[in-house]
Amino acid sequence: MAGKVKWVTDIEKSVLINNFEKRGWVQVTENEDWNFYWMSVQTIRNVFSVETGYRLSDDQIVNHFPNHYELTRKDLMVKNIRRYRKELEKEGSPLAEKDENGKYLYLDFVPVTYMLPADYNLFVEEFRKSPSSTWIMKPCGKAQGRGIFLINKLSQVKKWSRDSKTSSFMTQSTKEAYVISLYINNPLLIGGRKFDLRLYVLVSTYRPLRCYMYKLGFCRFCTVKYTPSTSELDNMFVHLTNVAIQKHGEDYNHIHGGKWTVSNLRLYLESTRGREVTTRLFDEIHWIIVQSLKAVAPVMNNDKHCFECYGYDIIIDDKLKPWLIEVNASPSLTSSTANDRILKYNLINDTLNIAVPNGEIPDCKWNKSPPKEVLGNYEILYDEELAQGDGAERGELRSRPGQTPGPRGSRSRDSSRSVLTTWK
Amino acid sequence: MLQEESDLSLIIAQIVQKLKGSNLYTQLERQAWACLQRPEIRLESLKEDIKEFFKISGWEKKLQNAVYSELNVYPLPSHPAASPEHLKEPLVYMRKAQGSWEKRILKSLNSMCTELSIPLARKRPLGEQKELLSKWNEMGTDEPDLSHFRPVYAPKDFLEVLINLRNPNYENGDSISFRTHLGLIQVPLKVKNIPELKECFVELGLSTGQLGIDDATQVPPELFENEHVRIGQKVLAQQDSAAAQQYVRQGSPTALRAELWALILNISSQPEDILYYEQLKTNVIQHDLLVDSLIYKDVKLTASNDDYYFVFEDYLYQVLLCFSRDTSVLGHFAYNSASPPKSYIRGKLGLEEYAVFYPPNGVIPFHGFSMYVAPLCFLYHEPYKLYQIFREMYVRFFFRLHSISSHPSGIVSLCLLFETLLQTYLPQLFYHLREIGAQPLRISFKWMVRAFSGYLATDQLLLLWDRILGYNSLEILAVLAAAVFAFRAVNLMEVTSLAAAEAVLADLSTLKVMPLLQIFLFATVT
Repeated sequence: MAGKVKWVTDIEKSVLINNFEKRGWVQVTENEDWNFYWMSVQTIRNVFSVETGYRLSDDQIVNHFPNHYELTRKDLMVKNIRRYRKELEKEGSPLAEKDENGKYLYLDFVPVTYMLPADYNLFVEEFRKSPSSTWIMKPCGKAQGRGIFLINKLSQVKKWSRDSKTSSFMTQSTKEAYVISLYINNPLLIGGRKFDLRLYVLVSTYRPLRCYMYKLGFCRFCTVKYTPSTSELDNMFVHLTNVAIQKHGEDYNHIHGGKWTVSNLRLYLESTRGREVTTRLFDEIHWIIVQSLKAVAPVMNNDKHCFECYGYDIIIDDKLKPWLIEVNASPSLTSSTANDRILKYNLINDTLNIAVPNGEIPDCKWNKSPPKEVLGNYEILYDEELAQGDGAERGELRSRPGQTPGPRGSRSRDSSRSVLTTWK
Repeated sequence: MLQEESDLSLIIAQIVQKLKGSNLYTQLERQAWACLQRPEIRLESLKEDIKEFFKISGWEKKLQNAVYSELNVYPLPSHPAASPEHLKEPLVYMRKAQGSWEKRILKSLNSMCTELSIPLARKRPLGEQKELLSKWNEMGTDEPDLSHFRPVYAPKDFLEVLINLRNPNYENGDSISFRTHLGLIQVPLKVKNIPELKECFVELGLSTGQLGIDDATQVPPELFENEHVRIGQKVLAQQDSAAAQQYVRQGSPTALRAELWALILNISSQPEDILYYEQLKTNVIQHDLLVDSLIYKDVKLTASNDDYYFVFEDYLYQVLLCFSRDTSVLGHFAYNSASPPKSYIRGKLGLEEYAVFYPPNGVIPFHGFSMYVAPLCFLYHEPYKLYQIFREMYVRFFFRLHSISSHPSGIVSLCLLFETLLQTYLPQLFYHLREIGAQPLRISFKWMVRAFSGYLATDQLLLLWDRILGYNSLEILAVLAAAVFAFRAVNLMEVTSLAAAEAVLADLSTLKVMPLLQIFLFATVT
């Protein structure tokens, strides 16, 4: 293919620009003929909106799916997962199996969530069932921990509704929509500190689903010791792990940035808890990511010009159960430490290697099946085509093969899982 | 024959003496009394029946482990007429050097004390005690003003002392020959060469499976890993210290490591141990020691900034503050060339009745000391367990890394071993580095003093420490240091200054320890 790839971006980050330049790509403006546009979420809205009537040509690629918000907006994600579960239940799929308390065995990975103000009454009913519970209020459309707060009394919700710009519950405006989720107040603590996991997942197509997991995810630790005590509910440094917030805490350290690699986490858990439970934890994490993608796959606009790199936020509770907190469409490309910069640079590098094969001018008609060598630090998380073909093992990410499959005993979910030979 | 026999009976007598004072003895006695109730114990064959009972119930194994532990830790008695000093360190000039080094440290500590007008120790007022107790789990958030405190010494100060060490009885003549040692250490201690090391570390050979090599993702686990894990589980089921020690020479599986190390170090957390730790904690709450500030400063300077260990900052305080108050540590000075510093109650300088050991455990921390504890946090998350393991590791191994002695695992021997290996097997590199003013020991010293903690990635460090435990020796540190130089030899040959050499060797976090060791020992042409 002759000619160099022409790129545009509206995100001025060195980890991006350095990657484009090292490939010898040429920078252009968005009004010119471009091949690759790394855009912010605002821009993607414009590109695909009905009014602008933008038509992407075969040699143009963008880094977001048109309706990514089905996954990345907190309220829509919950809606889609709920819908997915109900569908599976209707089909009689074993995945939708429930336990004696009516909880899903395999698909209960999102904390109980309600939309406000729409589900306010449902929420109140749930709240009254366990009045000592803590809930976390999150604005649907914001990021970096903005606008989040914790409540443990109904009066606090009422107060919020009075104080916010909307004068009554009846006014609905998507910008001010909130979700309220049951707060996980028994997170796994390491060194007495709370942390969450940030994992990067690249989706090249939704139908068939093909996604990759970046091996080098990280844990973000809170600088302050975790305490579930109610007096500390207002202290965001204790509860929220977003680096944007932690950065302003007194104890924030700029050398390690309060981050651990996932391999450190794995070493620690294997050493202190044993190999089996650790393997199971990581398998479960992969499982919930794939399920979340399957949940939104039917409603996603599987535009062939698109790929997307998501930032998954996951919290592990003290029973070693992972919970999906949210998915970010535009994971931060700011680097807080030197290691961070290297990680993000390599992330973009590997992402581009998969999304734009050989660094040449893209052709949207290609089959989106990159050869194994270009994956870099990515691993195939789930490949629907392969999974439905002969090699079920090749189509899904499992922990190191050769683990004694033996009796996994106590948890019934695993004995059932071995019945399913693929993740169809 | 007779000599061996009498040696053996001397050893047995000594071990019996030691164990008689231990908790295990009381437990065994209690068990023996209790088992008299059992039907299989008959009066006619009382002794044999009780011994049989001990064997079946696992108590014999415990006794075996205790004996094995004693053999490992305590040096064999040499001559019945040997003085206690001889047990600490047989060479007089080494003892003298250690003595003057200690004087220097204590002087430095005392002058810091006087300068800052802080007492070496003081009792905390009740309010402060309450506060500390409530913050016990998060002492890391405390930000006391530590700007006036400096570490008492850093590894490089200690290196200078070692460089000036001389044996007054040794005269090697004036002429330079190929035998002349080109390194910094100029004392004639016997160190092993590669053929001897190969014999010693035979399990690290090319044809033996290793964790750290043969468990890489490309290698199918059926070849080695699965079987090795199975054996490890068996060893743990048998609760056999000696077997565990042999086993970890090939590396310990991550999931079994915590238990295996505890077994090798003969640590079982009895209620008495937990109580003892709690008692130490109370001592910390009640009294404030000057060394506490040194510990704080050290943690803040080292572990808090480390990518792997920053998470465990609070555990480090909980372990190290208690460690300073633990007088049971004084026991190890019987075989340590060092002696605990003495201090005097105010106003009673020189009067022996008013002398106390300071700090109570006799160990003054230096810059980087907390890094001995940090890697253990990956294995043990209960403070008392972490404490016990660290204390045992210290009195078995780590103390040798900062005291002057002739012991083969002492830091002086390690330095000499490192330099000799380099000079013998990489002479061109050694000569080149020396010429540009970059004596290799100046770079590798800090690695060895810290047992590589903070320099290697944690999983690699743990594989290295597996072998320290497995071979009951620190020599592997010197071998690894030489292997690292061998690995980066090409780059090092091109540098022209000490700073550039430091830069080539600044980052060891990507190194894989076991392949390096294997190649250096078994694949280098000797």
